[in-house]
Amino acid sequence: MDKSNKELGGWQAKQVRDTFRLGYWTAAWLVTMAAAKFGPELVWQSNELISSLAILINLGVGFGMILANKRCLEGMDEMQQKINLEAMGLTLGVGLVVGLGYSGMNVNNLISFDDEILLLTILMSVTYILGIFAGHWKYR
Amino acid sequence: MKNRLKILRAERDWTQAQLAIEVEVSRQTINAIEKGKFDPSLPLAFKIARLFEMSIEDIFQDDLSS
Repeated sequence: MDKSNKELGGWQAKQVRDTFRLGYWTAAWLVTMAAAKFGPELVWQSNELISSLAILINLGVGFGMILANKRCLEGMDEMQQKINLEAMGLTLGVGLVVGLGYSGMNVNNLISFDDEILLLTILMSVTYILGIFAGHWKYR
Repeated sequence: MKNRLKILRAERDWTQAQLAIEVEVSRQTINAIEKGKFDPSLPLAFKIARLFEMSIEDIFQDDLSS
């Protein structure tokens, strides 16, 4: 092994590129989502055609982000994939159980406020991040 | 699963990072394999064995067989 001349390996360089690509797609998705949500009120005064276009663009960029995420996952090594799989499994379980429980409480008027999809999104995001940290801790 | 990866790597004076680049995994994965916290897949075990020019059994041993 010619270790003296080895720089960042091709595989690792590709992983960095994939991660940056995912970051760009995620940023673009957030921008288009903000435009679709706040544009009708603040920019184009509820023009339905522009609002529909903004939502279509947001959906298109969202699918681009999903593909970038898939590519990023495929580029990971097997331990990183295992950590991500465990974190995603945990996120899906927590999202399903807590989300349906939360919805049930709302249907039965056990909570005073409306159930917001945003809260579920935050819960799933936090669970995923904690799952990733837990995975790295487990295999450190 | 036990392994002799750390010893073999040290014999060749390779770092975890250098070995990781050669077998196309992260340095953390090499560390986890060396500590026995993560068992590599068969393709990765073959890749490591090829790099060290040894058989898989010479590097990885089943816990039950020892």
